[in-house]
Order: sequence, then structure tokens, then C-alpha cells
Amino acid sequence: MIEQVAEPLQQHGFAKVVLELEVNNHPGVMSHICNLFARRAFNVEGILCMPMSDTSRSRIWLLVFEDQRLEQMVLQVEKLVDVRSVRRHGAEHEVFERLERFFH
Amino acid sequence: MMQMTGAELIVRLLERQGIRTIAGIPGGAILPLYDALSGSDIIRHVLARHEQGAGFMAQGMARVSGRPEVCFASSGPGATNLVTAIADARLDSIPMVAITGQVPLSMIGTDAFQEVDIYGMTVPITKHNFLVRSAAELLEVIPQAFRIAMSGRPGPVLVDVPKDVQNQLVSFEAYPEPAVPDPVPALDMVAIESAAKMIDEAERPVLYLGGGVVHSGASRLAVTLAEQAGLPTTMTLMALGTMPVDHPLSIGMLGMHAARYTNFVLEESDLLICVGARFDDRAIGKAAQFCPNAQIIHIDIDPAELHKIKAAHVAINGDVATALEALLPRVKHNLRKRWLSHVDSLKSRFPMAMPGRDDPRTHYGLVHAVAAVLDDEAVIATDVGQHQMWVAQAYPFRRPRQWLTSGGLGTMGFGVPAAIGAALSEPDRTVVCFTGDGSFKMNIQELATLAEEGLNVKIVLMNNNSLGLVYQQQNLFYGKRVFASKYRGEPDFLKIAEGFGIAAVDLDSSPNPRATLAQALQSRGPCLIHASISREEFVYPMVPPGAANTEMIGG
Ligand SMILES: Cc1ncc(C[n+]2csc(CCOP(=O)(O)OP(=O)(O)O)c2C)c(N)n1
Ligand SMILES: [Mg+2]
Repeated sequence: MIEQVAEPLQQHGFAKVVLELEVNNHPGVMSHICNLFARRAFNVEGILCMPMSDTSRSRIWLLVFEDQRLEQMVLQVEKLVDVRSVRRHGAEHEVFERLERFFH
Repeated sequence: MMQMTGAELIVRLLERQGIRTIAGIPGGAILPLYDALSGSDIIRHVLARHEQGAGFMAQGMARVSGRPEVCFASSGPGATNLVTAIADARLDSIPMVAITGQVPLSMIGTDAFQEVDIYGMTVPITKHNFLVRSAAELLEVIPQAFRIAMSGRPGPVLVDVPKDVQNQLVSFEAYPEPAVPDPVPALDMVAIESAAKMIDEAERPVLYLGGGVVHSGASRLAVTLAEQAGLPTTMTLMALGTMPVDHPLSIGMLGMHAARYTNFVLEESDLLICVGARFDDRAIGKAAQFCPNAQIIHIDIDPAELHKIKAAHVAINGDVATALEALLPRVKHNLRKRWLSHVDSLKSRFPMAMPGRDDPRTHYGLVHAVAAVLDDEAVIATDVGQHQMWVAQAYPFRRPRQWLTSGGLGTMGFGVPAAIGAALSEPDRTVVCFTGDGSFKMNIQELATLAEEGLNVKIVLMNNNSLGLVYQQQNLFYGKRVFASKYRGEPDFLKIAEGFGIAAVDLDSSPNPRATLAQALQSRGPCLIHASISREEFVYPMVPPGAANTEMIGG
């Protein structure tokens, strides 16, 4: 019998993308976002989160691979009640680049 | 200025939201809320025997009414027992608000007695969830919970309320307004125009209706569209009843246990109009081979469903009823004689085979015999297994919300408590629950609730003393290596019913099963109707898991 098994998840080799999320700032937001990516087996390479100057909001930066499921992931992220907006940037966005030196 | 405890505030807000019945089980961390509920003249509490039962009762109420309904559970094991019913509501898009007690705020994170992180645990299975940190927050959280549960694509919301928050005093000027659903998204009229044009130009179109048609109250519009444009119409498991079975355009349920002709019609279609459905694998089989020659129009309230499994040529994000209303005046009247007569010829060449349909001692015959006694006002619930599929194939559904089944999660144990919920919500209807011996035992304790409430629920137990669907799969796909699917012992279900104080009849020993059945169904109050079914009866036709829909076996 051939069960319906998903294709093996191939992410390496894809270009990277930076997602910028503006979210409501409360203790559960990070778990909603991380959980969504984990549950849909979509790797998050990097994540940053800080409150904005208006402290009722936070900004989250995510570094992810641009595979064919990214579109679907973004739609799912947009459905989260606490996510106010999602913007997409190329991997060259400086937010993660500037942090490189803390990791290498 | 008003002042009350968080617990009292929750009860007042639920009353104002229109909640009249709540199913649940108390425990230490939710006792303040129960104490406040005891003072309500408006809300009735139904004491379930297991929190999963309470969750499915709330679902049963919500499935027949379309409104969000509520269940209560205490912290720790009470809350974890709700998890399956919440996940089930998520997958079938059922509006529900689950309220759980939690250990006091100051003790969260200390591994306190009956502390579990139910907030964390339910993140992936709720539409949204809340951990309430002050009584004042309830003024916002409770209406939000209802708004989220019923807006857009409905779903379950969990509100976890620490015990000290329930006891905390809160002062406020005025109650918040009861929640109403968000306005539906504006339609892309260009897309509507192109959809209308595609329907007019198609030669072999098929209308594919899903549960969203039920949620949006759009069955009548969908039927009108089908009639106007001459569209053969298939329904998912969740959409059964949206077009009456005997409508000339109905081609029945699609997918794994569809009639052969239904899947063949889909195979030949050149345009698939998917309305409030989500291309689930049980419905479409191998995605790449589903409707290989069809263009796709997809209408759904959830933008993430569009293009998720199948790329649509025209994707319309919107409320299904609103979209159909916009579409109708733009679609030409079309008799579509050629295509419809071809559909009819496929239907007569590859019909749904129902051996034994006139014999009430067979599975199909029993389903037909039950239907023959009832009218369309009855509600039909099922559990999960072969019996569920036989009912889906054979029962003549003719109205939306007539049919309650666990589709997405496929939860054994759903049937009895969901039927109780349906009867709590609509006590004048006859509610029938078709169950299997395996599923029945998963929430059999709710017979006590049923007896106590004296509801008009008839449980038709199709007993093959096995996990029939598993037995079938092992026989068909695992080299007949039957393992862990046949029971060695067999409980006496008639005595069990009697022990719970519920009337029971046995069709096996009845000289006239039709008469026994009719009497049991027509007298008021709960009743167990027991019928043995051969273990060797399988659900056919069947698309093997992972195969294309046209590769059916049997039937
Ligand atoms: C809670 C749960 N556990 C396991 C399963 C897997 N499963 C699907 S059908 C089935 C057998 C159901 O047996 P029964 O209720 O007697 O129905 P039958 O198939 O015999 O009609 C099982 C074990 C499930 N769907 N739900
Ligand atoms: Mg069984």
C-alpha cells in the first residue's frame, strides 16, 4: 500500500527571506508564532523579537527559507489573531547580518 | 459603577452572549466559577461524566445551532480531557468557547497540584486562546473569544482563567456589548465576473460543496446555482444535506467511499467549482490526479485554503453565501443536456451498490429502515468507523445541520455526547446516533448524562464486536494480518444500557425488526437499539489510501 507521505522536506538550497511581523505584545505571542512554524514543519533559521516604542506592540524578525510553501506559511501567519502585519524582505536585509558577529 | 468577582463577570457575560446551556465538570480550580454559575437563573449546567463528553456536547449544540457554545473544565486533567474535543472542533471549523480553571497566577510555573500549561497545549488546536491575567481583562477577553469563534471560518477558542482571577473583584462602568461576527470580507468582483464566465463557458462543470456551505448558511444559494447553471453537484462528508440526496443534480459524496460514478464524473470534468471545501485527502485522493483536466474556481472564507492543495485558476476569498449571491445574477441559465445526460449514464453504469438495502438486518438495510421511520426533522449523528461511512453513503440527507459527524479528526467517541448536545439545543427533534461497538465504549459514560437529562436520543449500535474499519484495512492492505482489531470479550450492551437506566431493544432477537425499530424511534426518550452486523461486511467502494480516486476497489 502506498500511504500518503509528504515529500521529504527540502529547504537547503533555497534562497533566504526575512519576514517582519508586527504583533500584539503579550506573553503568548511568541509561542503562537513559533508553534505555527514548528507544526507545519517549516524551519525558522533565525528569530528576533523586541517590544516597539509603543509597548503594546512588538516586532518580530524571522529568517526563513523561500521554499514553495512560504506563501502558505505567510497566509497562516496572517491568520493569527495577534499578528497585525507581515512584510517580506530579501535575505540581504541588515537585521540579521548585523547580528552575525554575535554568533561567529 | 458595578463591582463583582471575575467569576460572576464571566457568568453575566455568557448570559448576555445568549448562552443558555453549558456542559462541564467542576474541580478545585474552577469552583469559584461554578459557585457563580449556581446563581444564574438563565444558564443551565449539564454535568457531563468526562470532560471530553462535555466538549462534544458543546460541539453538538454548536453544530445544530451554528452558534458558539460553551464547555467548562477544571485545571490539569479536566483541561487535558477537553483537548480531543477542541482539536475536533478545530478541524471541522465548529465555533466553541472552552473555559478552563487554572491554578492561581502566583502558582503558575511551580508544578502546582493540577497545573498543566493548557494554554501552551492548545495553541496548535485552537483558533486562538487566552490566559487571563486579571479580572478586568475578562471584559475584553470573553467577548473577543466569542467574536473570534464565530467570525470568518469558525473555530474553537480556549480561555484559561486562574482561580485567583475568578475571585478577584473588578469594578466597571458598563458591560461590554455581546460579540457579533466580524463583517465578511469585500468580494473581488473581477474574480466573480471571471468565475461566472468560466461557468458559462465550461462544458463539463462540477459543483463541489464543503462544510463551509453549512457554516455560511448557503445551501439554498448553492442549490440555486446548480439548478441555474446545470451543475452536477458533489458534497464532502461535511456538506451532506446541503443538496437533498434525491435532487436530480446531486451526484452524492465524493472521495474515499464515494459511489464509483461520482469519482468518474469528477475525473471527466473540465471545471471544478469548489465552494467552502478544502481539498482534503480523504475527499480528493492523490491530489495530482484529482480532476486532471479541470480548471478550478475556489471560493473560501479562509484565504489560506486558496491554492493550498490545488492551485485555483480563479480564487475568491469571501463568505460563501455572499459570493454565491454575487455570482447568481451573472451566471447564465443552462440546461447542459449533453453533460448531464452523460452524468446520468455514468450513474446508471456505475451506481452506488447497496446490497441488502431492503433487509433491516444488514448494515445498509438498517440505515434505510431507520430513515424510513423518520422525517427530515430528525438529526443524525455518528461515531467513527465503518458504520459512519455506511450512514454517510446510505442515509437520505435533505437539509444542512441534519448530519453531525467528526470529519477532520475522525474521533471515535464523538457520537453519543454530540447527539446529547444536539438534543439539548433542539429538544423537540429526534436525535439518532449511529455508533459502533468500539466508538460507543469511548464515551459510554455519557449514558448517565443522557439518562439524567431524559433526552430524545436514540443510539443505534451497529455491533460487529470489532474495530471494523481497522479490520477492513488489515484485510485489504496488510495481507490479512488481522491484529488488535477483533475483540475477544463482548460486553452485554443491553445490560449496560439497563444499568444506566436507559431502555434498550435488540433487533437481533426481534421477530419483526422493523416494528421494533419503529416503536423504539417513535416513543420519546433515550433508547439503545442494538443490532449485530457481520464483521465481514466492508465499506465499498474504497480508494486505497494514497491512490487516485479513480482506483477504487469493490462496490
Ligand atoms: C479516538 C480514536 N482512536 C482510534 C481511531 C482509529 N480508528 C478509526 S475507525 C476505528 C474502528 C472503529 O470501531 P467501531 O466504532 O466499532 O466502528 P466500526 O468500524 O466497527 O463500524 C479505529 C480504531 C480513531 N478514529 N479514533
Ligand atoms: Mg465495530
